[in-house]
Amino acid sequence: MPTGDVVVVIGGAAGDGVASTGQIYATTCARNGLNVTTYQSYQSVIRGGHIWFRIRASNEKRYSQGDDFNLLIALDQSTLDIHVPQIAPPGGVIFDPSRHDLKEEALPPGVSPLPVPSQEISMDVSGKPIMQNTVALGALMYILRLDLKVLWSALEKMFGRKGEKVIDLNKTASERGYEHAQEKHETFDFGLKPTRESKPIMSGNDSIGLGAFAAGVKLLAQYPMTPASSIMHWMAAHSSKYGVVVKQTEDELAAMNMVIGASFAGVRAMTATSGGGYSLMVEATGLAGMTETPAVIVEVQRAGPSTGLPTKTEQGDLNMIFGASQGDFPRIILAPRNPEECFEVGWRAFNLADVYQCPVFILSDLYLGEMWRTVQPPDFEVPIIRGFMANGGEEYSRYKMTDTGISPRAIPGQPGLMFIAGSDEHGESGELISDILAGIPEYVNVRAQMMEKRMSKLETAVKEMRPPELYGPEKAEITIVSWGSTQAAVRDALDILKEEEITANSLEFCDLWPLRAKEARKLLEGASETLIAEVNYTGQFDRLLRVETGFQVKHRLRKYDGEPIYPMEVVRKVREVLHGS
Amino acid sequence: MAVEVTMYKSELKPTWCPGCGDFGVLNALLKALKELEIDPKDLVVVSGIGCSSNLPHFLNAYGFHGIHGRLIPVATGIRLANPELTVIATGGDGDGYGIGLGHFVHAMRRNIDITYIVMNNAIYGLTTGQASPTSEKGMITKSTPEGVIEWPVNPVAIALSSGATYISRGFSGDPKHLKELIVGGIQHRGFSLVDVFSPCVTYNKVNTYQWFRERAYSLEEEGHDTMDMIAAYQRAHEWDDRIPLGLFYRTDKPTYEEEDPALREVSLLKQPLGLSEAQGKELLEEFL
Repeated sequence: MPTGDVVVVIGGAAGDGVASTGQIYATTCARNGLNVTTYQSYQSVIRGGHIWFRIRASNEKRYSQGDDFNLLIALDQSTLDIHVPQIAPPGGVIFDPSRHDLKEEALPPGVSPLPVPSQEISMDVSGKPIMQNTVALGALMYILRLDLKVLWSALEKMFGRKGEKVIDLNKTASERGYEHAQEKHETFDFGLKPTRESKPIMSGNDSIGLGAFAAGVKLLAQYPMTPASSIMHWMAAHSSKYGVVVKQTEDELAAMNMVIGASFAGVRAMTATSGGGYSLMVEATGLAGMTETPAVIVEVQRAGPSTGLPTKTEQGDLNMIFGASQGDFPRIILAPRNPEECFEVGWRAFNLADVYQCPVFILSDLYLGEMWRTVQPPDFEVPIIRGFMANGGEEYSRYKMTDTGISPRAIPGQPGLMFIAGSDEHGESGELISDILAGIPEYVNVRAQMMEKRMSKLETAVKEMRPPELYGPEKAEITIVSWGSTQAAVRDALDILKEEEITANSLEFCDLWPLRAKEARKLLEGASETLIAEVNYTGQFDRLLRVETGFQVKHRLRKYDGEPIYPMEVVRKVREVLHGS
Repeated sequence: MAVEVTMYKSELKPTWCPGCGDFGVLNALLKALKELEIDPKDLVVVSGIGCSSNLPHFLNAYGFHGIHGRLIPVATGIRLANPELTVIATGGDGDGYGIGLGHFVHAMRRNIDITYIVMNNAIYGLTTGQASPTSEKGMITKSTPEGVIEWPVNPVAIALSSGATYISRGFSGDPKHLKELIVGGIQHRGFSLVDVFSPCVTYNKVNTYQWFRERAYSLEEEGHDTMDMIAAYQRAHEWDDRIPLGLFYRTDKPTYEEEDPALREVSLLKQPLGLSEAQGKELLEEFL
């Protein structure tokens, strides 16, 4: 039965061109107006190993990469050996019989072998084996009943910089693959309905960069670390044109302190890293909190602890981000659920940082950061709010007590507003109360007041935070709670559950701190049954939610094997909760 | 404008021990600022943690008193944001040559235009007397009751091999000469190191004013060629009997700020925020 939804897996060794082949196919689908989600599985090696790229194309919007896949393009023997038994019917496997050996008995029922002599065709077209992936993509176009011309436009985009000749050879190679498939194989009717309305496709990391640009970021200081590096790569590629300094620093200590310096001097500044790198930024996070300097920190989580699994995902750093650095100080934590929301938090974070003069975290993860998805075109005209700035006049106190705890900021270069931003505890004008004044009764009070001033900013900030979103039917047999990228699996699970006549809804958190606890509690209390899904061992958000709302979510689905949660895992858990099986 | 030293002084009195070398550094810095007639609003003094890092509080200027060893990245961020500011970093030997050594080296190879004044007393003072990275081998401190086993770092030699473009050593017992070095450092385009021997009268009973005076000599008086890197290396390794003071090395190289393509047109601070419709469209095009 055509479903308008097909998942293709392209597998090979690192160096086989899996990623670029996947990107070309994903772009082709996006240019066909289809909805695309992807998931890349790769390893921490430059050559060899086994990697695969999963691309789901559908008529309706889908959130996750899906549970099953129908078509496989095998670029090496391991791909055949590992993935052929997993193919779901109706489906097939595209492979080159001259290079790899398909054991027909491994094919599940309803799955066809689709041999294509890719290497031979590539040699024939270009004299090199280099275009065999393009040949396979050509064959795939025929099999999926997609227009070869749209693939060509994607090839032009991908190889544009390599010149006309490379593009033309690739076009010919794909055409030959298409013709071979036409001659030897049947098409599959997955019910895909291409349109001419090309959709933008981007990763969560790209989208954060775009959001930051829209907000007027002027400096990124970063140290390379998977899976956050692509943020630096994208921004560096646009640095000179858009006037954004991209500074690769000697370490993350420098990155975070440089952000604080630039922000103190009045420009919007950010850093991006993963958990291990963030560990080195912890002390300076407290510095931003104490000096009330705006700072935006993107933390793209990967599986820890320590070096952990550098190329695998997890939502395991919430506790660290929530508790990072000694003492209490206000912080804001945003966990985008999908690439569209990455754009939004990308600009919101800067406004929040400026208004509340504190560190703001964007807590993403590898799964979301590297997931390419089609998105609604972002609206680049975003509000830019710099917050309470001093403009001279009366006597200036940088850390003046106010009703909101937010004090006027001055920036170097402004006459008459000189002050010292101090990491030591200080009074209203910035004078230290940490050494010769410490413990003197008057200053004991000042310390308490300064602490209250800083922390009270959260009382205003919480009003600006977004409450959790309840998605799906208002009344449901079960409410599934999640945060950040786990939205993908849950939303797709709702569709599957619907077919099984189970009504479920999804309670999703993006703004994690300060938490809209009242609204969360109300929604949780209104639920018939509750389940929380998150990708870590201890249930880090589960615990935060309980502490803040007093509500204990009853059931839990936790995963910590490096893989994201898949929709069917949610479905199975729901069945178990509701029906005991 | 009639510039007076008092313009640069804050109302706070330094909290250093009587006789501390850092008084001499503060005075030399005040005189240097007066001489250069820097407008206090355009001056940012950044420090780390330690006795000497309290210095910004005694000045009337913008200041950033950060965390231990991280003053250089903060100063770098400030310069990148607004190259119209004069940025001076002040700290101690533990701060800059110990916990912050990595940043020191990288700032020099970038040739960021900041002046870094290190009040070097070869001891940790604020934490009450432990060995520092410049403590001499054999020195007895609270953390090394049987003497330091390591060899001290040589900041001047490190600076020479890391690409710093203005490398000098002063003495807080000679504030007049020190002022000259600071003036030269601020005027210099690029990373300037002013390593200052600034005695700790409370915890370092070995490297005293007297000890230093007995050994110090002027590079200028001996006709040292400040363009000669090899000669500078040789001078940098003199210590036990004769200790050179003055400018070791100076050269001209483009600064990081001058070379960063994103800073070619206008400073970050002066750029408009956000994207125009055309820019947004152009960026989105990449993803279609």
